[in-house]
Amino acid sequence: MSDLQWITVARQSDLIAESGIAVWTPAGPAALFYLPGSKQPLYAIGHYDPIGKANVLARGIVGDIKGELVVASPLYKQHFSLSTGQCLEDETVSVPTFEVQRDGDDIKLGIRVKQVEGCAA
Amino acid sequence: MAKKNLIVIGNGMVGHHFLEQFADTPAAADYTIHVFGEEPLIAYDRVHLSEYFGGSTHADLAMGTADQYTEKQIQLHLDEQVTDIDRDQREVITPKGRYRYDAVVLATGSYPFVPPIQGNDQPHCLVYRTLADLDAIRASSEGVKRGVVVGGGLLGLEAANALKCLGLEAHVVEFAPRLMPVQLDSDGGTLLRRKIEELGVQVHTEKATTEIVAGDEHRLRMNFSDESHLEADLIVFSAGIRPQDTLARSCGLEIGERGGIVIDDYCTTSDPQIFAIGECALWSNRIFGLVAPGYTMARTASARLNQDTEASFVGADMSTKLKLLGVDVGSIGDAHASTPGARNIRFNDEQAGTYGRLVISEDGKKLLGAILVGDNGPYDTLLQYALNGIDLPANPEVLILPASEGGAPTLGPDALPETASICSCHNVTKGDICCAIDAGCTDLGAVKSQTKASTGCGGCSALLKNVVDAELEKRGVEVSKDICEHFAYSRQELFHLVKVNGIRTFHSLIEQYGKGHGCDICKPTVGSILATCWNEHIMATDHVPLQDTNDTFMANMQKNGTYSIVPRVPGGEITPDKLIVLGEVAKEYNLYTKITGGQRIDLFGATLSELPEIWEKLIAAGFETGHAYGKSLRTVKSCVGSTWCRYGVQDSVGMAIRLEDRYKGLRSPHKIKFAVSGCTRECAEAQSKDIGVIATDKGWNLYVCGNGGMRPRHADLFATDLNDEQLISAIDRVLMFYVRTADRLQRTSVWMENMEGGLDYLKDVVLNDSLGIGEELEQHMASIIGTYQCEWKSTVEDPEKRKRFREFVNDERKDPVQHWVEERGQRRPAPKAETETA
Ligand code: SRM
Ligand SMILES: Cc1cc2nc3c(=O)[nH]c(=O)nc-3n(C[C@H](O)[C@H](O)[C@H](O)COP(=O)(O)OP(=O)(O)OC[C@H]3O[C@@H](n4cnc5c(N)ncnc54)[C@H](O)[C@@H]3O)c2cc1C
Ligand code: SF4
Ligand code: FES
Repeated sequence: MSDLQWITVARQSDLIAESGIAVWTPAGPAALFYLPGSKQPLYAIGHYDPIGKANVLARGIVGDIKGELVVASPLYKQHFSLSTGQCLEDETVSVPTFEVQRDGDDIKLGIRVKQVEGCAA
Repeated sequence: MAKKNLIVIGNGMVGHHFLEQFADTPAAADYTIHVFGEEPLIAYDRVHLSEYFGGSTHADLAMGTADQYTEKQIQLHLDEQVTDIDRDQREVITPKGRYRYDAVVLATGSYPFVPPIQGNDQPHCLVYRTLADLDAIRASSEGVKRGVVVGGGLLGLEAANALKCLGLEAHVVEFAPRLMPVQLDSDGGTLLRRKIEELGVQVHTEKATTEIVAGDEHRLRMNFSDESHLEADLIVFSAGIRPQDTLARSCGLEIGERGGIVIDDYCTTSDPQIFAIGECALWSNRIFGLVAPGYTMARTASARLNQDTEASFVGADMSTKLKLLGVDVGSIGDAHASTPGARNIRFNDEQAGTYGRLVISEDGKKLLGAILVGDNGPYDTLLQYALNGIDLPANPEVLILPASEGGAPTLGPDALPETASICSCHNVTKGDICCAIDAGCTDLGAVKSQTKASTGCGGCSALLKNVVDAELEKRGVEVSKDICEHFAYSRQELFHLVKVNGIRTFHSLIEQYGKGHGCDICKPTVGSILATCWNEHIMATDHVPLQDTNDTFMANMQKNGTYSIVPRVPGGEITPDKLIVLGEVAKEYNLYTKITGGQRIDLFGATLSELPEIWEKLIAAGFETGHAYGKSLRTVKSCVGSTWCRYGVQDSVGMAIRLEDRYKGLRSPHKIKFAVSGCTRECAEAQSKDIGVIATDKGWNLYVCGNGGMRPRHADLFATDLNDEQLISAIDRVLMFYVRTADRLQRTSVWMENMEGGLDYLKDVVLNDSLGIGEELEQHMASIIGTYQCEWKSTVEDPEKRKRFREFVNDERKDPVQHWVEERGQRRPAPKAETETA
């Protein structure tokens, strides 16, 4: 396994409360969600929707299903857990998750994956 | 413990269905199952037999495969006729051997009846029942001209169609004075005959064939009792069916007077070890010559073998709906009015070529039967009235009158028959949904995961919800109107809470009246309510997280994550200069262009970051957003109207533009579509719209609550000869009342159908102001119109809002997973397979 690498992907002012933005990482596109009121305000998962097969997850609606924080894919509406990346409708499908932290004005993602080009399928 | 032996005799439609049903039940484990079929081919769909001449093969028609049988451990013996049953030894006998049994299911079907006419056994005298029969007909038809079918019933007409498909000149000879004597009356039969003759099939009624001899010009000659004759190269007998009960007779089971193996309500014959199902079985002195009753018998026998005494066969409805040679024919219940005191309503439109007859009970309340020829449109509704004994409306004739005369009342979800397809993606019928509910599903979610309904394109979700709610309510389950787990309120209740308490954000609503974070159901709903109530910009910070991506980015997301752009073209009228701008912009950004069904132009394939740039150019050229993404007014279609058209009586384009400008941007429970036609020819198709306006000599006729889409519905005539101001005030009120009281994702049609009192109530509220809210509705509409802003205009002008359109906030690169191919001179998304390997 490669080392955890912290990289700055956005500034605080880029975040949209209760919603997501897409960022580019060496491990491919990631979706970064900001829930100001919650215990854990920042979540990051893959931006690529493995069911709709497009980079769209940051553009989904954020919410909770039976207490689990999720984003609904804007393409075919499946829900993905923000903390585990698991798809709620299909247990065989999940997306990668990333550790996130705030450092002053910078938002950083912990990337563990080796350097890859192209999409994060 | 040694397994018992179950033997199924007959591998036809019903026998196959039995195996399918039984193999998955617990009792199947106790048996070794053998099935014997006399035909050399595995069970196939006889109902669609005629498609064999249209190019289908046995494989297309087959109902299962040998592998599937093997998988279910069923031993299949094809081309092996059972010749006897030895009930003392409990053995089934075939030319290949003897097989011990503990239980037998007879599913031997029926055989075509060939009338005892002298000469009926020569070559080229054939029948129409099996694939082998069809091969024989095909062989016989080679190089000859004329085929004659004896029998003008349902199967005879099918056979005639088949002869036509083979390129023969087709004739039908019927003994009775009309076609389909069992299902139709004389007017219906006459019309059907006319239509069929128009299609080139010659019909000869009241002809009794006395002998078949050699012909002069054709191979054979049929002599009739009235001294006339008809020559033919081949003759197909289709004069009815007889139950195949030979085996049952020879082993001494009880047989009906006119044939058929006698069964009780559990499909048991006079020998409790032997069941009979399908067309060979005689229940209560009746044979059922349709598949559906046979399938019910199959399920009953299977349940019985599982010691389930609840299941029983108690007869079946023999109503039929067919397309014969392309002509609609429907026959329901007591079509011949044989019930004492029955009364008739007939509507015979020789001009349009449609015939409808209602048979009504003496007290005028119930529908006993019906006949339809030429148009089966009302069939489902009529069947529902007849089967469920629903009280008829005061003026039942509207049920068969052409829809334009006020429109036939429909019945909401209950009007749909069990066989109605609810979800076409997953082929789920209303019956499947009822089964799922009966099997324990108690809410929409459970029905969805059980049947898969509404998990494809999602287009059926509103209809599915209606059906599920109605069915649950029928079973006494209290249906939660809560919109989701976060709010214990319906959309209408939320609307009131927002309005009455002046709530302006989702956050304060959920804090006061809900729980959790919300979800993709309640957020957009509340977003839409807030927009209707306060009409703030949908891109306002508080509202952004509430919207579906289409609303957030004010464009429709496409399958590859790009977006489409649809500028408003009010009334479909556009200047050459504007057309040029659209062309130029499309060219610059390499957008695929297409004329939509709503009289405007859609530009596809823009990336997120290109959207504001493109809109900047469009707005500079005078375009506005077309709200193609919103639950709001889409288009007002128009025809060219009195300005150019020689028939136009009013300026339909002018009115369409006025209406489109007035209601653009109005947020509503679902999308709203309008159309305005300049005269009664109705070129704008206004009667298929939520709001339809048709010009008259004196003003405008207003139609409401029409729908295209999944479940089309003609709009209802609402008011006549209105002047411009009256028209607009009526539309203001209808729309505002809809926006306030409809459920989430409910089109106006469903809203009205679900409203107690329906159209009359709506008229009362809008035209007579029965609730005294007319003024208020109009004022509310006026305030929304007053605060309209093109949301794209304010977005491109605001750098903060534009930031939302960056593909990646930290990188300028384009989305790496978009792949394109070129087709017909434009680019489009590459098919999935290519994308995946790319
Ligand atoms: C572009 C267009 C097809 C075309 O190439 O002509 C179209 C495209 C879509 N239609 Fe449509 N409909 C289009 C005319 C229609 C029409 C015809 C009409 O308006 O005269 C109908 C039937 C009339 C009606 O609505 O009563 C129609 C009935 C639907 C329905 C079914 C609605 C229903 O009540 O059953 C849906 C699904 C829905 O809204 O839930 C739908 C949904 C859609 C969506 C939004 C599906 C989606 O979510 O991606 C498509 C988005 C296209 C896009 O990205 O721009 N579209 N759609 C037409 C756009 C018209 C316009 O200028 O705005
Ligand atoms: C052209 C045509 C169109 C039709 N259209 C419709 C329609 O639109 N709607 C509708 O509901 N119904 C329709 N039907 C009727 C429908 O096909 C029958 O109701 C259905 O096939 C009955 O199924 P079954 O299993 O009882 O009989 P079958 O399908 O006839 O199967 C009986 C099988 O048992 C075999 N068999 C008989 N005796 C023995 C034996 N001793 N040993 C071994 N095997 C034996 C036969 O060879 C046959 O394969 C149509 C029928 C035809 C011919
Ligand atoms: S444009 Fe309309 S009809 Fe065509 S595929 Fe899309 S939703 Fe279906
Ligand atoms: S999901 Fe039901 S019709 Fe598409």
